[in-house]
Amino acid sequence: MSDDIQKGNDKHKVTRRKFLAGFAAGVAALSMPLGNADASIWEEYFRQHFKRLDKDELKKILTNLDKELSEKFGKKVTVKVTPPIDNVEFGYALDLSRCIGCRRCVYACVDENNQSRNPQIQWIKVLEFEKNEKWLDLEGSNRYYNVEKVPEKGRFYVPVQCQQCKNPQCVRVCPVQATWKEPDGIVVVDYNWCVGCRFCMAACPYGARSFNWGRPNIPKEELNPVMHYLGNRPRYKGVVEKCTFCIQRSREGRYTACVEVCPVGARKFGNLLDPASEIRYILENFRVFRLKEELNTNPKFFYFFSMGFPVKS
Amino acid sequence: MFEATKGILRTLITGGKAYKLWMMSLFVFIAVAIVLLAKQADQGLIVTNMRDQVSWGWYIANFTFLVGVAAAAVVLVVPAYLYHWEPIKEIVILGEMMAIAAVSMCLMFVTVDMGSPERFWHLIPKIGLLNFPQSILAWDVVVLNIYLILNMIIGGYALYKLYRNEHYSTKLLMPFIIFSIPAAISIHTVTAFLYAGLPARPFWNGAILAPRFIASAFCSGPAFMLILFQIIRKRTSFRITDQALFKIGEIIAYAMSLNLFFLVAELFKEHYSATAHIASLEYLWSGLHGHNQLVPWIWTAITFNSIAFILLLIPKTREKFKTLNLACILIFLGVYIEKGMGLVLPGFIPDTLGEIYDYFPNALEFWIASGIWAAGMLIFTVLAKIAIAVNTGELRQKV
Repeated sequence: MSDDIQKGNDKHKVTRRKFLAGFAAGVAALSMPLGNADASIWEEYFRQHFKRLDKDELKKILTNLDKELSEKFGKKVTVKVTPPIDNVEFGYALDLSRCIGCRRCVYACVDENNQSRNPQIQWIKVLEFEKNEKWLDLEGSNRYYNVEKVPEKGRFYVPVQCQQCKNPQCVRVCPVQATWKEPDGIVVVDYNWCVGCRFCMAACPYGARSFNWGRPNIPKEELNPVMHYLGNRPRYKGVVEKCTFCIQRSREGRYTACVEVCPVGARKFGNLLDPASEIRYILENFRVFRLKEELNTNPKFFYFFSMGFPVKS
Repeated sequence: MFEATKGILRTLITGGKAYKLWMMSLFVFIAVAIVLLAKQADQGLIVTNMRDQVSWGWYIANFTFLVGVAAAAVVLVVPAYLYHWEPIKEIVILGEMMAIAAVSMCLMFVTVDMGSPERFWHLIPKIGLLNFPQSILAWDVVVLNIYLILNMIIGGYALYKLYRNEHYSTKLLMPFIIFSIPAAISIHTVTAFLYAGLPARPFWNGAILAPRFIASAFCSGPAFMLILFQIIRKRTSFRITDQALFKIGEIIAYAMSLNLFFLVAELFKEHYSATAHIASLEYLWSGLHGHNQLVPWIWTAITFNSIAFILLLIPKTREKFKTLNLACILIFLGVYIEKGMGLVLPGFIPDTLGEIYDYFPNALEFWIASGIWAAGMLIFTVLAKIAIAVNTGELRQKV
């Protein structure tokens, strides 16, 4: 029964699968809304899992997607499938002694990754804590602080986003393998394969996954037209989404949007396999910690302090 | 075949005023749910009160409870077939019909909870990509379907033979019956493992969850059947002895004692160690930071369960229909609250980042769930009516 996509495809399987898919088409047709003669809708409905698509199929899908999105948003959209770079495993570090809780990362992420504005989806959550003996007591944190000026006296801030775990609970529980860890360590979602059961959301210890409870909504003029198929392309109603370390940027050798926008340089990003990288420098020269270490999720998202307390605020 | 179909149809349309009224009202409930489901399908699950913080709600609560009801059919199967215990044997087919109805409801609840249910084919091995054996939800899909088919085979075969005025071959049926016992235990165990396997949710992440699920299932399922059997006995010529009913009452008493014991074990462990993981338990039992909407519910549940336990434990009250029925109603409601809302919601509250989002189902969720219950009742009524007619000899092949 197990048909692990990680093992790759063999030709015999593909033919049998295609035959079976054809058979399933007839059955599934009954569950589709009638009166939709548009063939592309059917093609999309019967599209296979991302890892099962061959080069030609993928090319066709991307061409159609470019066309469809360009028309819908009135600007030139390109959806890429840039593969992982060899010998790269991305890691992230966040300097808690610098973060001022301004939430610029939150909004830069929304813009860059085409998150729905209404209903509102945000991949980064900035938690506000009181400076006291309770330290990182999550129950005492506040996600909805609304003040004139940050940082506030007596407060510190901890942004949380997908921790890109080496041992991701969310991946294990998915009943259809719609989410998986890429070779460069990024946990991605196939938005055309997710069935919307939300088991991954129950499994994630970091609240890093968001669900499209309604139809996502992005203003035309605010759409970021540079997209990755497994990243910031517009999502659908009823599927789960999450931070991908800006896969459309990082795989092109660029920093993530949150790193770029951070006004205090609290966010660091790089290749964990490169001894000369900034992220490795941080791991070697600062004491770092990870959230909920006891769960053995093994995050690649590290928190550290570059400056000792007391910090002026 | 034609004769049988005609016979079944005739059986289904004949019935008293109460039967027709019952069927009509079921159809009304189902129709209401279909209208609301169309709205949910169009706008998405945003029309429910679920959000990212509490990402499962009323639908999954009902699902969890009903897996237990479905598993409970085994309570009837074991003594009836294995020990040739006559008083129960005659009603065991009804237990199987109930299992079929309950599993169907489970599948419906999971389907309405899915964000993209039209992609169901992704779950079919080979055509889609079932993540088996890694995902416990994949396991659940497998065992629920096996259990459904198993009950269809056992119940269907027995009825078919009876319809043909023949004795069914116990030898042929026995492997299926034996297999249905671990299958029943497994559907509920796997459902418990869905929750228990998530380290992100300390409220669920305990070894006691699966045993508790099984124990409470052996309370709620039989309690439901006890009431049903009395209705059936009264309204049809189907005979069910008092002895059989009291025996089921006794089984419930034992199961409830275990259920309460497991609960005490859990409460002790959490309260005595009193780690940070106690937050969800506090939210449920006493309220957390002023959020206490589940508190009256769980105390109602535990009061109901305790009273019912005493009523069923004492032979005098167990063997008096007034108190027996009261106990059954109390247990059904008690377990429904405890294992539905009482189990699912605190797992999400506070959420993994410490936020408290007070979830309560809205009218739409309530009516859609009611429609699914009505659909389940409809399935059971249809199956039971056929089974009863065959059993009593009204629906048989003409010799």
